Amino acid sequence: MLFRRFAKFTLPKLPFTDNSLEPIYDKKTISFHWGKHHQTYVDKLNQAVGENDYTLLDIIQNQSQNSLPLRNHGGGHYNHCLFWLCLGSNSSEQPSGKLLAHIQKQWGDFSKFKNEFNQAAINTFGSGWAWLSVNPEGKLVISSSQNQDNPLMKGIFKANAVPFFTIDVWEHAYYLQYQNKRPEFVDKFWKVVNWKQVEDMYEKYALQQRPVPVDKILG
Amino acid sequence: MSHTLPALPYSLNALEPHMDAMTVELHWSKHHQTYITKLNEALPAFSDRISLDLASLQKVVAGTNAAVINNAGGHYNHCLYWQNLAPIGSSNPQPFGDLAGLIDSSFGSFDEFKQKFTTAAVSRFASGWAFLTLKNDGTLAVHNTPGHDNPLMDGIGDVHGIPILTCDIWEHAYYLKYQNRRPEFVENWWRIVNWDAVVNNFEKYAKNGQAVPF
Repeated sequence: MLFRRFAKFTLPKLPFTDNSLEPIYDKKTISFHWGKHHQTYVDKLNQAVGENDYTLLDIIQNQSQNSLPLRNHGGGHYNHCLFWLCLGSNSSEQPSGKLLAHIQKQWGDFSKFKNEFNQAAINTFGSGWAWLSVNPEGKLVISSSQNQDNPLMKGIFKANAVPFFTIDVWEHAYYLQYQNKRPEFVDKFWKVVNWKQVEDMYEKYALQQRPVPVDKILG
Repeated sequence: MSHTLPALPYSLNALEPHMDAMTVELHWSKHHQTYITKLNEALPAFSDRISLDLASLQKVVAGTNAAVINNAGGHYNHCLYWQNLAPIGSSNPQPFGDLAGLIDSSFGSFDEFKQKFTTAAVSRFASGWAFLTLKNDGTLAVHNTPGHDNPLMDGIGDVHGIPILTCDIWEHAYYLKYQNRRPEFVENWWRIVNWDAVVNNFEKYAKNGQAVPF
């Protein structure tokens, strides 16, 4: 029996109860999104990793450019972990502290930033994600990606940056409740953002140009 | 010319239970309509392509922009998709004539073709389509594409030729009824394939080197 230095990847527990984001994000959607879609990424990631001792961060940053299954399923696992971390009930309207100040410095006010992020999310063609990251120059950047690609992926994402805030705009993220109305889903998403967690990931990781260890944070 | 949403050749609930009425309605009246609306907005920037019919337009989308490629492809692919469907029992349940013979000689048997097509549909990661295409060399190919790409598009993708059958595997095509269960959706989609239309696509158009017109 081969001993693995690193445990196989597993589906982490959600950092909120599955009905606590109602009515914005209902229990049925959460249970499919986490229990089926995210679980499948974890299962397929484990298949793709085999006996290798890769960490999730290594898979995302380095291995993803060498292997399509690692790119797709590693990306799927990482991205969904980050997404869950961004969500919570008792959401405040916007961030505070350093992150708010940084956003205001670059965009003038929060609503201008919000509009630009919304446009990135709405205009992503097909399946993908919108991101807020800190780049190597210390700037906040809004970007979007296709499929399960992510700004950490070297050799895949043009200008690498450290993402700490994201929205999933694959149709499975919203179709049961919103159907084709992606703009409405994106608009309502802001009501269930866990800004405390997002600010934490920004300050502890993104600002230091350290990738957020999403699977470790979720435990 | 201004592209318009074609009427469905059946009522919204005619494909039940394999494809639910709400999905058909949303898919056709919202998703497909949106591709047409956006195509009409994006095309005027390309005066040499604006009066082309939809099938001819596919050939020359490379070199336009993402808005034209994605929405022209979206419009064409959905036209083929609706035409390829029929209420269960209203068309031949399998291909016939020369197409049946060519499927057998290309893939071994209809079942082997079905398996190959199903794999193409289920294995395309994220959004895309599965196609049965008559290639320019006269052979049949089963393949899939990302986004709304299709084999008519010169310079885009690996397989080129005339598609005669397609399955939409964007999540909006199946999510309300099947959620993540794409294989189950594809299994049910087989039950409502309009083989009369597909054979006609082959006999009347593809065999003569013509794209199926819409």
